[in-house]
Amino acid sequence: MATWTTFVWAFLVGGGICAIGQVLMDSTKLTPGHIMSLLVVAGAVLGGLDLYDPLVKFAGAGASVPITSFGNSLVQGAIAEAQRDGWIGVLTGIFEVTSAGISSAIVFAFLAAALAKPKG
Amino acid sequence: MSRLGRATWDFQSTPVYVEGYGTVAGQLEGKGPLGADFDLVLENDRIDDDTWEHSEQRMFAKAVQLAMTTANVTAEQIDVLVGADLNAQLTAFYLGTRAFARPSLGVYSACASICESLAVAGLLVHTGHVDRAVAGTSSHTSTAERQFRYPTEYGAQKPPTAQRTVTGSGAVVLGTSVHPIQVTHATVGTVVDYGIASPWEMGAAMAPAACDTILQHLSDTGRSVKDYDLIATGDLGHVGLKLLKELLAEKGVPQPELRTFVDCGAMIYDPNQPEVFSGGSGGACCSIVTFSHLFRKLLNGECRRILVSATGALLSTVSVQQKDSIPSVSHAIAFERKDVQ
Amino acid sequence: MAMASEADKRRYRELVKREQPGRRIVRNTIRAFVVGGLICEIGQCVQSMFIRFAHFKPTEAGNPTVAVMIFLSVVCTALGVYDRFAQWAGAGSAVPVTGFANTMSSAAMEHRSEGWVSGVGSNMFKVAGPVIVYGVVSAFFVAMIRYLVTHL
Repeated sequence: MATWTTFVWAFLVGGGICAIGQVLMDSTKLTPGHIMSLLVVAGAVLGGLDLYDPLVKFAGAGASVPITSFGNSLVQGAIAEAQRDGWIGVLTGIFEVTSAGISSAIVFAFLAAALAKPKG
Repeated sequence: MSRLGRATWDFQSTPVYVEGYGTVAGQLEGKGPLGADFDLVLENDRIDDDTWEHSEQRMFAKAVQLAMTTANVTAEQIDVLVGADLNAQLTAFYLGTRAFARPSLGVYSACASICESLAVAGLLVHTGHVDRAVAGTSSHTSTAERQFRYPTEYGAQKPPTAQRTVTGSGAVVLGTSVHPIQVTHATVGTVVDYGIASPWEMGAAMAPAACDTILQHLSDTGRSVKDYDLIATGDLGHVGLKLLKELLAEKGVPQPELRTFVDCGAMIYDPNQPEVFSGGSGGACCSIVTFSHLFRKLLNGECRRILVSATGALLSTVSVQQKDSIPSVSHAIAFERKDVQ
Repeated sequence: MAMASEADKRRYRELVKREQPGRRIVRNTIRAFVVGGLICEIGQCVQSMFIRFAHFKPTEAGNPTVAVMIFLSVVCTALGVYDRFAQWAGAGSAVPVTGFANTMSSAAMEHRSEGWVSGVGSNMFKVAGPVIVYGVVSAFFVAMIRYLVTHL
């Protein structure tokens, strides 16, 4: 149940993760693509170490909206399925939890292409 | 003597004249400081709701048409079309001008292409192989963006050294019948590589080539900076122009003479316009500024002799990903009013 | 003029570093922090509304929240405003899942001119691809390592 502190931490944690991304963007030669990939991998690693879910409970959307949570969700799906089905679950469970994000991105992107032209 | 020094062609023995010129500019360019100088400004960079590539092809055709109209000739009287654009396989040039059904030579040196086109077209007219040639280039901010960088609606943050590809097309008709503006020299540039590897730093990549070609031109012709009222580079942008002046100063050009140098990319946009960063770039940047704004200076007597040295950054969509650096080349064309003192 | 020597290149590189405007790291980071925080704040409000009005459990509310954020991002992309906003916000708009949705919708929209299959279909993941590839690859290894560690 989100309390008012969750709202505060959502802003701070979400902003903080973005700030890290910005510093990487401006001080290294990494492209946005590189940095997003790095953040996703970081989310996966933190998820595997059971450090990301507590962050989500504590900061709410501040942890679940940044792209890092995508990595965490992939790992959580794999781990949960592996606990049920053994090691093969690591492969079969990866997209379990993230299907909402990917499906909606594909569907809405398709609709955008159908309904709108880029303005340049 | 038609050949001077190592790399300069002298056309003066059989003079080559600019018989006609035409420029088409995009929305942002039309709203910029030089907007009133362009012959035609688009209301929308996407013409008739067609694709970006088709829009660029139509701009090219329009610019060539405008040039022929001001030269008072029809397409049948043009013996060769020499042109370029930034699209892979020069589709804006070939598909854009195919309706004219004239002998065509596509050339490529990235954003230096207009000077390469003028050099080749000028040479053909000078040697008598053609009576009349058209030289032109085009570029479009969205075709360049989607080919070299990202989808146009993608939200990537660009650094302050980035440049905005100009949407536009400029073309001239060159011939031997006497007109005010004469093309007197062409200097062919050498590829220069100073190890710049970031596509966000084109100005830095191209400045050494401009320095090399301009100095080569002056050495070949025996002229100095003082012999020119204006020396304009194509698209170094604000950053690249500053670097060029530093390089020229290192090579001994005195400070007061550095004021002669301007850059089409730095002139075409007002820094307050949205997302123009370090200035304009693209194959049309040099051509539309030269064939409107700079020609105006020649025609109203403000300038009598100018040197235009367009620069091109030589990279492809894969070369940067393979960690190649970005070499560049610059070609220079000298324009003069010999009919006034 | 011969090919530039390594010394020439080094000197030029130093000149460029001196003369080029640097990226304004502090200003950009503050902007990214504020915008990123606000986007997550919007997400938090959306999530709370799903819990309160749509009776989602807190652990389940993340999914529809992400879908709503993606929808909002795609609408802004389709209206042509996302890229302007992103130039200002930098990582503040790229790092949240809104950035991911922007990469996919902008690519899909852009390549419609090449048709539905070769254009939209082939290019939709052009910019977003690495995130999915490396997310899945790293998740696989992390989960596998964890499984092996806990079962040995």
